[in-house]
Amino acid sequence: MSLYNLLSQKKSDILERWREVLFDGYAPETARFLKSQKDRFANPIAYQLTRGLSGIIEVFLQGAETDKVMAQLDEVIKLKAIQEAPPSQAMAFIFILKTIIREELAQELQDPACAAEFVDLESRLDGLALLGFDVYMQRREKLCDVKVGEIKRKVSTLLRRLGLGDDYLEEQSGG
Amino acid sequence: MAKLPTPAELIQVNYKPPAQGWMDLKTELRPGYYVNAAAPKWMNMIDYPFPRAWSVADEDWKLPEDWKERVLQGIQDRLERFRSLKVFFDICVRCGACADKCHFFLGTGDPKNMPVLRAELMRSVYRRYFKTAGKLLGELAGARDLTEDVIKEWFYYLHQCTICRRCSVFCPYGIDMAEMTLLGRELLASVGLNIDWALASVAQCYDKGSHIGATPQAFKDMIDFMAEENERITGISTPVSINRKGAEILFVVPSGDYFADPGSFNFMGYLLLLKYLDLDYTMSTYAAEGGNFGWFISHEMGKRLNAKMYEEAKRLKVKWILGGECGHMWRVCNQYMPTWWGPIDFLEEPVSPITGTKFENATVHKMVHISEFTADLFRHGKLKVDPQRNAHIKLTYHDSCNTARGMGIFEEPRYIINQVLPEGHFFEMPPNTIREKTFCCGSSSGINANENMDIRMLGGLPRANAVKYVAEKYGVNHLGCICALDRATLPTLMQYWVPQMEVTGITEMVGNALVFDDELERTTDLRDRDLVGFGEAAEEEEAE
Repeated sequence: MSLYNLLSQKKSDILERWREVLFDGYAPETARFLKSQKDRFANPIAYQLTRGLSGIIEVFLQGAETDKVMAQLDEVIKLKAIQEAPPSQAMAFIFILKTIIREELAQELQDPACAAEFVDLESRLDGLALLGFDVYMQRREKLCDVKVGEIKRKVSTLLRRLGLGDDYLEEQSGG
Repeated sequence: MAKLPTPAELIQVNYKPPAQGWMDLKTELRPGYYVNAAAPKWMNMIDYPFPRAWSVADEDWKLPEDWKERVLQGIQDRLERFRSLKVFFDICVRCGACADKCHFFLGTGDPKNMPVLRAELMRSVYRRYFKTAGKLLGELAGARDLTEDVIKEWFYYLHQCTICRRCSVFCPYGIDMAEMTLLGRELLASVGLNIDWALASVAQCYDKGSHIGATPQAFKDMIDFMAEENERITGISTPVSINRKGAEILFVVPSGDYFADPGSFNFMGYLLLLKYLDLDYTMSTYAAEGGNFGWFISHEMGKRLNAKMYEEAKRLKVKWILGGECGHMWRVCNQYMPTWWGPIDFLEEPVSPITGTKFENATVHKMVHISEFTADLFRHGKLKVDPQRNAHIKLTYHDSCNTARGMGIFEEPRYIINQVLPEGHFFEMPPNTIREKTFCCGSSSGINANENMDIRMLGGLPRANAVKYVAEKYGVNHLGCICALDRATLPTLMQYWVPQMEVTGITEMVGNALVFDDELERTTDLRDRDLVGFGEAAEEEEAE
């Protein structure tokens, strides 16, 4: 059986371990809360992380196209990019997946016949991480965009009053 | 050379505390999480103490020499003045009911944003200097010394509370974290620690009349422009009389409604509604601000800014005051204003001139919220509307904290919504996220600055999470609210978490739907967007 198929069978275990590590990254009382509160509206961090992590596992194992992978990465990174200060912390979660997969496949990796496929698997995980940095930058840029958007809304009525129209600022900034 | 960290080590850096207790952990003041220090010029304009140039990122905050004595004396004064503060300090049994109810905790995961712990930041100092056990036993009794680090921690976390009072809904004793936050901010202000965004708004309001610093001329100019816009779109002229003595009603709105989108469209809705009724009302260039950022920094400053409203009502000899869609404005007017100014004997109990309804709930403060006023009009069948003009809107409603938890305005906006939207276009968010349990926008109470956008987005996550749910499940495309701060900040929150979600006031939709006898045929809404069945969409359908 291929390593990807094997991992597909272990999907729920991988998700559970991945979530656990991420939740334990918070303060102990927060981690307890994140693990115990099941209502998605009363526990938005856990909901958002679970939604993203399960999506990432899914698209990774399917070998989905880049845009779909990035969309799933975004579910987690839009939270991490503002919750954790430096990118090395915000992006560490992807490398955690690498560790978990190694441990889940510990037995199979004893077999040299799996080596080539494992190298491919690890390279794809590296690719996942690199795409993650793209998403991280997009999210930080998005944060700048929303700031600019708020400033524009503050003066948009005034611009209309001056007969300059809603797209005046875009034209001025070349956007 | 230090060893490189592994991902597992990196991921645990966030809020994972070392073995010591919370008191020993020095708070890291993270950029993106705090609002900048107030510029001295704003403080000078309102005679606030210790104006100076300082930065939150600096080690030295240039506190006055006797800062500690001032803060402790400030606590003493407030314990004598506010019985509530003493009760809230003493009564908490740390049951934890509030712990997971704050939107800032739910968004950041930072335990110091659990209301119980945020209160403990101040309570621990109270114990150390005002309780025998704390004086004798110190840390064993949950007490700690007041140090510069403690003051910095207060500054950081007391501006990560939006005074929304969700935690107090769940507290078995009803401890009001909002009141503690407000008093804590007063203590900070007493040693010259203020945030720029709030102070700028306060100073401009004090100096010119509104938070945005608009002059009376600019105020009138913008209102005239809104009236022209209404005429262009609907054919209905909606002129406003300014500073007119003897009008029956003084109409006061938050400045966000006549200067910033999407509040401006709501303002157009107000004018259409008031024109439809041919109401005898006036607006004032002196009481040109319904909001009150002063209340976010101290009771005294709240009172100073609020003074204009009654003074102007008295000068213009109106009978009562009608107010626009605003959140904290209502908390101030409904719950503080009569206490500040005593019996309001120069105004009458508000009575709707259209329906004859007496607004008994406003007997004391003589001020009616436009949602109460409009819901009453619909109840008496006084408004002819065409809900199909809002057919492009699929709406969910965000209960604004101050009107919902502060005043119990739950039904009126929903009643209006159901009158002006086609059937099946209104969808509620889950029960634990609305009404008295509503989640805050995450940007209220004077912290809607730009430099703290990270924390604003995190504080708004619980609200956005519920909006996303109805967007995905029902195709909701508009988020309604009756608060100007919501209209200013929710579009930003939505842009980050739920793109394509528009934010709208409720009266804007009333303005869309109102049918006048002599109006132009409506082809667009008040935002110039094509109505369903008109414009490009309809042309495409015809071509097919």
